[in-house]
Amino acid sequence: MTSALVPFEAEVVGCKDETPDMFSLQLRFTDPEVQAAYRFSMGQFNMLYLPGMGEVPISIVSDPDEREMIDHTIRKVGSVTRNLGELRVGDRLGLRGPYGRGWPTEEAEGTDLVIVTGGLGCAPSVSLIEYVLHRRGRYGRMHIIQGVKHSNDLIWRERYDAWRQHPDVEVYLTADTGDTLWPWHVGPVTQFFDRIDFDPARCSVFICGPEGMMRAVIKAMRQRQVPEERIWLSMERNMHCAIGSCGRCQLGPKFVCRDGPVFTCRELAPYLTHRGV
Amino acid sequence: MKVRHFLARDRFQTLLDRLVEAGYEVIGPRVRDHAILFEPLSRVEQLPEGITDAQAPGHYRLERSDSGRFFDWATGPQAIKPLTFAPRETLWRSERQPDGRLVFREQPPEAQPTAVIGVRACDLAALSIHDRHFLNDAHPDPHYRERRRNLFLVAVNCMRSATTCFCTATGDGPRVQHGFDLALSELDDGFVMEAHTLEGQAILDALETTSATHDQLEQVEAGIERATHQQTRRLPEGSLPDMLQAAVDHPHWQSLNDRCLTCGNCTAVCPTCFCQTHVDQLSLDGKTSEHGRQWGSCFDPDHSYIHGTVIRAERPQRYRQWLTHKFGTWVEQYGRSGCVGCGRCIAWCPVGIDVIEELAALSIAPEAALSKAPDDAPALATNAAPATTPARPTDGEDTP
Repeated sequence: MTSALVPFEAEVVGCKDETPDMFSLQLRFTDPEVQAAYRFSMGQFNMLYLPGMGEVPISIVSDPDEREMIDHTIRKVGSVTRNLGELRVGDRLGLRGPYGRGWPTEEAEGTDLVIVTGGLGCAPSVSLIEYVLHRRGRYGRMHIIQGVKHSNDLIWRERYDAWRQHPDVEVYLTADTGDTLWPWHVGPVTQFFDRIDFDPARCSVFICGPEGMMRAVIKAMRQRQVPEERIWLSMERNMHCAIGSCGRCQLGPKFVCRDGPVFTCRELAPYLTHRGV
Repeated sequence: MKVRHFLARDRFQTLLDRLVEAGYEVIGPRVRDHAILFEPLSRVEQLPEGITDAQAPGHYRLERSDSGRFFDWATGPQAIKPLTFAPRETLWRSERQPDGRLVFREQPPEAQPTAVIGVRACDLAALSIHDRHFLNDAHPDPHYRERRRNLFLVAVNCMRSATTCFCTATGDGPRVQHGFDLALSELDDGFVMEAHTLEGQAILDALETTSATHDQLEQVEAGIERATHQQTRRLPEGSLPDMLQAAVDHPHWQSLNDRCLTCGNCTAVCPTCFCQTHVDQLSLDGKTSEHGRQWGSCFDPDHSYIHGTVIRAERPQRYRQWLTHKFGTWVEQYGRSGCVGCGRCIAWCPVGIDVIEELAALSIAPEAALSKAPDDAPALATNAAPATTPARPTDGEDTP
């Protein structure tokens, strides 16, 4: 039996710089059978490999119904991601996945959606938002709240504009620090919660971003009486194997790679309130 | 009841010979570098005859014993973990073709039939835990599985416990219970043996044994009983996962900052620690790359590194991660504690940090712990106050 740890060859079919330190890659397995068999759900991730450099876990941003290619948006923070940013169309790399448990799209049907993201945390929620927009009738109102540290960090402006055009979709953008041309809000994402119109008893809250932001959003949602099991978090930890073997992504009794990256707040609440857990 | 046999001491070499004839490489305890290690073995003279160990927090020494027994010691720094979960191995290679294409080739492990002599109850329990981790999942590990499948295990009942042993507290020993092919109980003049698998029976049938006498069986029971009563270490009463969860902000963690070197020795000698680091090695010409894994440790700051941040940057946080996983969250993950009571982490900690004492200190409610003078603190958990559950912060605020 082949180990689940061995990647398949993939090639770059598209690449785009999003900001000075963020870029997107469109990838496709070079073996058409592997590509045809590949399925993922929103919120799952892949391991991308560069020879001699190593692997990194990266969430998938494309639509799961898009069968021709797999999109990733990546920030240059380490040696692997910096070198991934140097790849051009036709270059080869290793790809294995998808891994983990994604967003609970079926459980969320019939409810209002509140999607709160911070920084590049929006990446794992992009496929979720697109999924909902293609099945609009199954879901209630959708509130998308995206916060960034600095207004320069905002990517996908055109996507936000496009999402706004849909009925019952509200998009709120905010930056901790904004320059003079920043047309939206300045301040934390939580400032919107008293303004948006959603039913706390019948909603699904999806959060992805820095853990400090997650804690603040959880606190605000608890004050709004949203049940802990209706709040979902997409978590990040160091991962080497992606199959629950290497132990690096352990968070309380969970392995983020295998049991997550998406968890309910109820599953993780005892472990989120303390630094260094 | 299984028939138990007796193999005279001067016939023990025949056990090694029969195993070799059956195609096994034989691994067993040998003295090397002032410790008992599991290494290739072909003659009984290589066994640690008349050697015993003295173990205490931060202390491991081999000593001459009065007996002429081969297994009159408790645990060496390592038993069989390296045989199934290799300290370092290549998982696959990538090769860049002249046209730029990448080819990935799995690197199967070189596993051969291996018989291990002298496996203790604690190590069998640890192996069973590793089986759960590496095999019973959606992605069984082919490297572990191949090595595991090739193991023939000759277990030994402990007739003596080190002062660091506490397998009676974890329920894993000193009597071997399951997961072996043959079991030995050592007496002065030979070995009481029983087979637990067909493979074990085949080896046993090939030996010149006699039926064990009633007196010999009584000596075995008395020996195991002695090893049981030599153990004085106890775990705190009640649910350790609940206690440790309640103690997440216990002030006692901070005391580790002055003691724990975060060297990771405890994780290296622990028979159940499974953390790994995956590494890539590029060939000098840049054409091939080996992707491998090696033992890792949650005491390494890099273990929790994620894009520019180390999540467990402080030493007490890393010790807390290890202890709360081993005795707490492990239970939810694998249905039992990750500790088998071998005591290696106590003996091989260079500064003598003792998990039993740490758990005892953490089981005392923080208010009570703060009000106690340090020398009032009970040394062992048998005296510990029952764990109480301090209110957990629920407002989502960080707690330093």
